[in-house]
Formats: sequence, C-alpha cells, structure tokens
Amino acid sequence: MSSAGFEIRAISGHAGPVPGAGLKREFEVCKLIDTTTCIGCKACEVACLEWNGYSFSETKFDNSYQTMPETSWNYWNLIKFNEHEDPDHGLMLLMRKDQCMHCEEPGCLAACPADNAIVQYVNGIVDFQQEHCIGCGYCISGCPFNIPKFSPDARKVFKCTLCVDRVSEGLEPACIKACPTGCLHFGTKPEMKELAETRAEQLREHSGFANAGVYDPAGISGTHVIYVLHDASNPENYGGLPSNPRIPWTVQLWKHPLKWIGNLAIVGGLLGLVVHYLRFGPKTLEEDKQKKPGAGQ
Amino acid sequence: MTNGWIDIKNTDMMLIMGGNPAENHPCGFKWAIEAKRNRNAKMIVVDPRFTRTAATADQFLQIRAGADIAFLGGMIHYAIENNRIARDYLVNYTNASFIIKEGFKLPEDGLYSGFDPATKTYDQSTWNYEGSGGGSGNSSGTKLGTQVTSPVPLPANVTHDPTLQNPRCVFQLLRQQYSRYTPEVVERITGIPRDQFLKAADLFTSIRKDGDMKKAATIIYAVGWTQHTFGTQIIRAAAIIQLLMGNVGRAGGGVNALRGHSNIQGATDMGGIFDNLPGYLKVPKPVDADLAAYLKRITTTSSKPTEWQSFNYWSNTPKFVVSFLKSLYGDTATKENDFAFDYLPKVDRNYSWTQIWDSMYRGTVKGMFAFGMNGVMIGPNTHKNIDALKKADWLVVGEIYPDETSEFWKAPGTTTDEMKNIKTTVYRLPCAGFAEKDGSMTNSARWLQWKNAAVPPPGDARLDQDILAQIFLAVRDLYKKEGGKFPDPVLNLTWAYTDPLHPSLSDVAREINGKTLVDLTDDTLKQTIKAGQQLPGFAWLKDDGTTSCGNWIYSGSWTEAGSQMARRGTEDPSGMGVYPNWGWSWPANRRVLYNRASCDVDGKPWDPTRRQVWWSEAAQKWVGNDVPDFKLDSHPKDHMGPFIMNPEGVGRIFGPLAAFADGPFPEHYEPIESPIENPLHPMQSNNPVVKKFTTAADKYGTPADGFTIVCTTYRLTEQYHYWTKNNPMNVQLIPEPFIEIPVELANDLGIEGSEVIKVTSARGTYIAKAFVTKRIKPMTIDGKKVYQIGLPIHQGFRGIKEDEERNARTPANFLTPTVVDPNAFTPESKGFLVKVEKA
Repeated sequence: MSSAGFEIRAISGHAGPVPGAGLKREFEVCKLIDTTTCIGCKACEVACLEWNGYSFSETKFDNSYQTMPETSWNYWNLIKFNEHEDPDHGLMLLMRKDQCMHCEEPGCLAACPADNAIVQYVNGIVDFQQEHCIGCGYCISGCPFNIPKFSPDARKVFKCTLCVDRVSEGLEPACIKACPTGCLHFGTKPEMKELAETRAEQLREHSGFANAGVYDPAGISGTHVIYVLHDASNPENYGGLPSNPRIPWTVQLWKHPLKWIGNLAIVGGLLGLVVHYLRFGPKTLEEDKQKKPGAGQ
Repeated sequence: MTNGWIDIKNTDMMLIMGGNPAENHPCGFKWAIEAKRNRNAKMIVVDPRFTRTAATADQFLQIRAGADIAFLGGMIHYAIENNRIARDYLVNYTNASFIIKEGFKLPEDGLYSGFDPATKTYDQSTWNYEGSGGGSGNSSGTKLGTQVTSPVPLPANVTHDPTLQNPRCVFQLLRQQYSRYTPEVVERITGIPRDQFLKAADLFTSIRKDGDMKKAATIIYAVGWTQHTFGTQIIRAAAIIQLLMGNVGRAGGGVNALRGHSNIQGATDMGGIFDNLPGYLKVPKPVDADLAAYLKRITTTSSKPTEWQSFNYWSNTPKFVVSFLKSLYGDTATKENDFAFDYLPKVDRNYSWTQIWDSMYRGTVKGMFAFGMNGVMIGPNTHKNIDALKKADWLVVGEIYPDETSEFWKAPGTTTDEMKNIKTTVYRLPCAGFAEKDGSMTNSARWLQWKNAAVPPPGDARLDQDILAQIFLAVRDLYKKEGGKFPDPVLNLTWAYTDPLHPSLSDVAREINGKTLVDLTDDTLKQTIKAGQQLPGFAWLKDDGTTSCGNWIYSGSWTEAGSQMARRGTEDPSGMGVYPNWGWSWPANRRVLYNRASCDVDGKPWDPTRRQVWWSEAAQKWVGNDVPDFKLDSHPKDHMGPFIMNPEGVGRIFGPLAAFADGPFPEHYEPIESPIENPLHPMQSNNPVVKKFTTAADKYGTPADGFTIVCTTYRLTEQYHYWTKNNPMNVQLIPEPFIEIPVELANDLGIEGSEVIKVTSARGTYIAKAFVTKRIKPMTIDGKKVYQIGLPIHQGFRGIKEDEERNARTPANFLTPTVVDPNAFTPESKGFLVKVEKA
C-alpha cells in the first residue's frame, strides 16, 4: 500500500521519535457524511469492497435493510439503519454510514503495543500496518467506535484505511467516488467543517431540524470523518454513534501512568536483544518480506 | 419525462408519488437532493410505505395503494378553492375556457355520459367541445379492444369563455368534478389524516400563493402510478394539477415519469407496444382500407377558438408515415402501391402483454421469443404464465443467464411427473450483456446516448442483432424457396446492412435517423442536401417518397456530421443543466418539452432567473437556452398555443372524445381487489370499462373470502429486477426475500421479525421472512382498520441463493391479478388483496 508523500505523526508502540518528523507538511484530510441526504443505497459498501479487493461475504436477513450487524474485518463500510420515532418529526429512517472515524487521538493507536502496527499520518489518516500487527486485539478495546475487527484466519486486525492508497495519489476515497447523491464529501478538515456547518444551519433554518449539527467529537479532539446529523444532540439514534466518545480509561491508564512500566519492559527487552545479538548474531524478520494478507494491492 | 433528470435541480417543490427514486433511480435522485441543498426546495413523498425516498422528504404521507386519484383530486379541489392557480396560463395555454357540449355528464354516480353496460364501453360523442366545423382524425385515439365507433370530429372552431364563468366550460366542470373530493373524502379513501393532507396541499400549492408565477413545482412518478386499473388517469390527474398551476413547459416543472430500465424509453419510442409504430404513429387497423384512409384517420386537424392559432404538429403525420414505409420497403414502396402500406400488419384486437399470455393459456399462441426480459417473472399471475408456457409448442429465450422463463418447467410446486408431461421445446440462446454491445440507450429524459462495447460476449454468447438477423435471413430464404401465404413483406423488407448476417448498430441508427433519396432544398434555411445524405432532422421529411426515416422523432440523432448521440460536450452556458452538446435528446435536441409555456403571453419568461426560451423582438423569432418547442417565427400576438402536439394547441385539462377510454377527467375507482366499496359511489366501485379475465387461472379475491390486507410490490435499490440475484455482490446486500409488515400486524399474528410467513392471494402463495417495520402503519379506510403490506419482486427460483435452495423460491407475481388499465393495458400490481399467516 502506497503511503508515499505522507508525513507520519505518531506510531504505535514505538520508542523514540517519529522517523522523518517535521519533514513535510500535509493538509488534514476529512470525509464529510451528510446523513440527511444519505439514501442508504449501499453504493459506498460495494465501492469499499471492490477497491479493497474483498469479495462476497455470507450474509443473512435480520429484519432490516442493514447488510450485517456491524462492520467486519473484510467489510469496512456499513450503513446502519434505524427506524426512529421522533416526537417532532414523526417516523424517521436514519441511515448512517459507519466506518473508521480516523480520530485525532486514536484509541486504537494508543492501545497498540506493536511497533509500527498503527500509524497516524499528519493528514489525520489512521492506518493499520498488518505486517507489524501482532494480533493482540488491544486496538479493538481502545476504539470507542467498535471499528477494528480481528480476522481469525490472518490473526490480524483490519479496518478502513480512508483509502490511504487512493488519497496518497490525489484521489478521493472509493466510497466518496461511488456516492450517487453527493451526501459524501472529501477535502481538508477546515473545508469540510465549513460545508458541514453550512448544511446544518440550512437544516435548522429551512427544514425544521432545530438540533441539526455537526458530529466532530471533542473527547478525542475531533475526527477526520465528520457527520451532519438532523439531531446532533442524540447521536446514539444513528446506529449507536457515541455521544461523547473517549479513549477507554484502561487504555489511558496503560498509556500514561503505567506506560513507564512498559517502557522499562522495552528497555529490558532491548537489553535482552543486545545480549542475544552478542551471543547469537542478527535475526531477520520473515514477516517483513510478506505481503499483507487480505488487503487489495 | 416532459423535463429531464438534471432539470429537477431547478425546482422549488417536488411531489414524489407512485415512485421511489432514491431506491430505484439513485443516480438521478442526486438532482432532487441538489434542489433541496441549493434552492431549499421542498419534497413531499406520498407512498404506501415509508421508503428511503421518504427518509429525505420534508413531508411523508402514507397512502393506501390505489387511492392516488382521491389524493390528487383533493389537491385539485384545494388549489381551485384557495386560488392557488395560474390564471393567465390556465386561460391561454389550456382548454379550461373551452365549452363542453350539452349532454355531457360528470360521474357523480360513477359513470360519465354515454355508458353502455352491455359492452362496458362509452359512447364518447358527448365528451366534445361545443363549436362548429370539424375535420377528421381527431377521434383517432379510439382504443383497440373497444368497439370502433364512426369517428366524431372535434369542432374546428371551438366556443370558449375566457372569463371561465360559463357553467359548461372545462374549468367550471373541473371545479364541479372535484368539489366532491373534500379533505374528509380524501381521508376516508386514502387513509391520510385530514390535517396531514391539508398541510401537504398547502405546501405544494404554496408556490402559487398570491398569483406569483416565478416558482415551479415538479411531479415525479414511476410504475406505482401506472400499475392500476386507472393508472393512465392517475397520470392525467397529475397533468391537470400541473396545467392548473402553470408548471408544464417550465424549468423545474413538468410531469416526469421515471423509467425502470436503462432503455425502456427507447423501446417505447421505437414502437415496442402493439398499437404503436416507431415515433408514436398509430398502428393500422382493418378499417384502414388503404393509405389514404389510414392517414385520414390518424392525421389530426386543428380545433381551437377562432381567434387563436394552433400549430397542430401531427398534421405532418403523412410525412412521418411515408418516410417510415420507405425505410422499411425501400424501392418497393412507391406512390403507385401506396408505399407498400398493405405490407403493414393491421391490428384487429388487443395484443398487449397480458393478452399474449392469455392467448397462450387458451392455446391460440403456440410459441414465444423472449429476449432481454424474464417473461415468467414480470407477471402478473405467474402461475397462469407458467401454465401457458406448458401449453406452448416452443419457447426461445435469449438471455445472459438461465432464468425462470427458460426454466419455467422447474417452477416450485411442479412434480417430476408433471415435468415429464411438459412437451414445450425450449431453445436457450446465450446473449450478450449490456457491456458487451454498443448502441444507444434512451433515458427517462429522452436523451439518446451512444455507448461502446467494453468486452466481447463470452463463449457462445451472441449479439441480439446477430441472432435476429440470422433468424430473419433464414425465414426469408424459406419464403423464397417455398413461397407462402403473403411473402411480399418479408421478401421486400430492406436489409441494406454492410454485413447482413451481423448488422452493425451504427448502420441501424443511421437508418432510423433517415436520409434523403433525392437532392432536397429548404428555401427558408437556404440549405440543400444531396441524395443519399443523412437528414438533419424531421423538418425535412416528405410525404412523396423522397425521404426515408425509421423513426421521425429520432431524426437528427445521426446526421452527416456523425452520431449526435456520441457527443460528450459538458458546456452548460445557462447554468440550468441544459448541456445542449451532451448526447442528443428527442425531439430536435430539445430538453424541456412545451417550453414556450415558460413564457407569458407576450413571450417573456415567467421567471427571469430561469430563462429557457423567449421571443426576441429584434430577431423576430423564438430564441433561448433550449431549443424552442414552437413555431420559431410565430409572434406572441398571434396567440399560437404552446402545446403544439395537440390539435387545440393548448394543454388538455379535459381529454375530449376517445382520448381516454374511461373518462375525460380522472375519477376515483377502487382497485379490482379492494377492502372497501367506493365511498364516492358504492354502486360503481371499480372502473366501469375494466374487464376481468376469464380463464380458470384468473381468480379475484374479496374481503368476504378472507382477503382483507392490501398488498403492493416494489423494487429495492440493492437489486436490479430479476437479474442481479445472479451477482454475488448484490446477493450479499439483500440475501433473501422478505415481506414488509406493520408491527401491529406482527403482534396480531404473534410473530417476530425474521420469522417466516405466508402471504396468500386468490391466485397463489408467497413465502418469505417477515420484515416487521414501523415504516408501514395500520390505516383507517372508510372507518375500517386496514393493514397494508409490501414485498420486493426480485427473488424467484433461479439465482445464487435460489439454486442453493435456501430461499423461499416463490415469485412475487404468484400473487398479482391479471387485470389491466383500459388505456395502457398495464396490469394492476400495486394494490391487491391477500391474507397473511404464520408459515
């Protein structure tokens, strides 16, 4: 997967500074999802599968138009449907495209102990590097949106990459390209934020949605996927979007007060490595040469 | 569509009813979203179910399937009584001021004047304007299947009252007709609470508040309107509203049919209907003894107030017909032999879809070619169609997959013994898919767009035109060798393709556009075209055999400059989404029909910010951002009507004479299977001219038999007809069939979502999992609690999941009745009766 041209801001489980830090500046990118003009057509679901090279998944009808209950390791983009009775607007069919939110403070990255398995680029994309993933699943518990999913076959975790391979070549993510109504937009964070606020204002002033607003949660310092909601005061109605997502306290604990224990362990490990090297010579990492399983090339 | 997909972005108000564009036309629906986002346009959605279109609407109303005319009639009543009408437009551009003959009677008792109960037809002679003089051909709409009455002409000079006060003028009759459609009656029939109806009526008509003409509203529909025993009249009601409010011919306005296949518009344009020839020319009947008699019958003469003008474009019919005959029979078609008019089949009766199957069921149709469609699944009454095929001698299916039609003998419920007794020979011909052939497709907006083949057909699959060519040439050889009853039409058919066995579609497209056979000069244009050259457009057509044209409305699509359909210019100088250099739209690359009506009587646009065409005093002609749909040099002072295809020159609020089989105004009738008697006239509950079919397979249910639930069928965005159930990606999105039922009905049945239920009609059973939803509510219809359910049509007994035997394997059309609209012969699939049980 090409990530040329991206400046890395943070790396999981990595001691020491980020390589190449400050070398190159990038705009922060952002995907805007206007749930008020989404028609639930699932073109984004198909585009995601086709671009990332995933094929047919066995699904079953479950009293909904929704394809499956949650995203899965090989199904990163899922529209969640909810028949919601609203006191002011009567019945509403809420449809929200669910995928990785690319948090400014990614809980997955904070929780991940594997060096280089999760990187966050300066442009905001949080990307899993499966060749470095150790399959521990800590990222799953670190995510407030229940996004990373474990593949039992690959024994690694997968999720939406915000089409890092397309974006690095100057293209929009595949879901954006496929959207027929234009409810999906892609651009810089300030542009998308402005577009979203303008739309929310239009909904408040012309469509009678007094609580319309933009979802860009502060608890994780914002996200690089933002939503326009008819009712921003109740994001839970949109297929369980958390109203105040935060990195779980267990992960916070692991990353902050307890981190020094981890650091000690790393130092210990490094010492061990030095001793090992002195005694047995260098060791090559086989998996570095392997291609990432499952993902499209 | 009178307008087009992109033009929807220009609207201020949308009524979406009888259609679900967000799901079935998601790409086109972007323009509805654009209108909302950029113009703050409002959207009203009326549907039996809360659809994904409804999810983006400003107001949703749940209507009982089949109650559309009651709703629209109520809207007409509201617009008139609250003066939300376009008065100048109404007086000058419609027949509102025309006086109707004495003796015409409105259907207070359910019947218009002239009904004959014995034949279930109308003597339509009182459905006419008062006036003097009269030409011929104006009653040419006389429907096949009804008795042929001696043609009564429209008067050449129509009496009219521009004050609209005369009690027999169309406007006063309209007012009287819909005075019965009060909000209370609308509620009783449709199930829409009165306050909700009034809110929607107020919102929709608000664009004409205080006589303002600047705003425009569009009405958008699909087969949710057509598939009724009064479907044509539902669309008439929409047209009346749009004329009343001055919305036809305007950017962001119009009556817009969304077509359900990529080329269904093209099929209709090319005469894919038994009573049409290409370009909506009427098919000859046995009464047409010769070409002159035929042309006299089908060519209209103008009928208008003396001081007005009417272009009456159909007066050119002889040019279109003779050029068409020349394209079919070439040099064999001469003036002396009536241009081989005798070669054309004369249609003696109704050969519409349900009649073909009925005839096969009765044993008179012995074989069928089924290309590019899944006949068994399309329905209605799939059991009847399967039984019909069992009686046929042979069936040829050209398809890209083995489908339910080519495997009708494997239908669920067929025993091995029964299969052994089916003697029908089935020939399955693998055909090319859409991406494997070139050619043009005509979209809902009347745009012809040329496409290239992406890949060659796989394996033995062949192009449709190759199969047809080879069959035709073989049949012609047989006629040559063995003779036959009347070989001339086959022997003399032109087949001037570069490779006769493999006709290229560009050859065919050039033939359709037409060419001149002699040097032609147009004096006004000061232009000459040479013999053999492609025609620049239909204005060049002649009735003397010097031009040849396969379809007059497509003339201009492939000129000497090449294929206009392949153009991909993205310039849009007006910013209104006209894109004059993208593809080519019929007629004459005009994007909005009747666009002269976008201007006031003086030729100035109603809305200066959305200028389509206008009268240029300097140039002394009509000019504009679109191609004017009008006589270019007709000065506004001449008062020529903008509806140039009508003999009146104006829009028809009243459909005179034989325009419609069932009445000049729409009247609410109940579906053939209805939970109630018609509250307007219980003694005449159904459309009086509709006849039920009479074979043993044609059964109709009543509430007394336990069929009390209203059922409708529909499509899902995740699947495309009966085809994508062979594609893993679509199957993944909707893996199994389901039945949408209200929560309250599920509670009554004691079932939960995803439990299997059984839906039974008088004709068959459909089994699938229940989709228990809040999106369909129980309704109160005429004081009774009525449940409504819906089921998607996609799944059947051939497909990925069907082959795994993991689906219910029952086609939705097992349930639907064979009974049709009397004008368009479309079956009533939306709104029939069923019972629902736990399976």
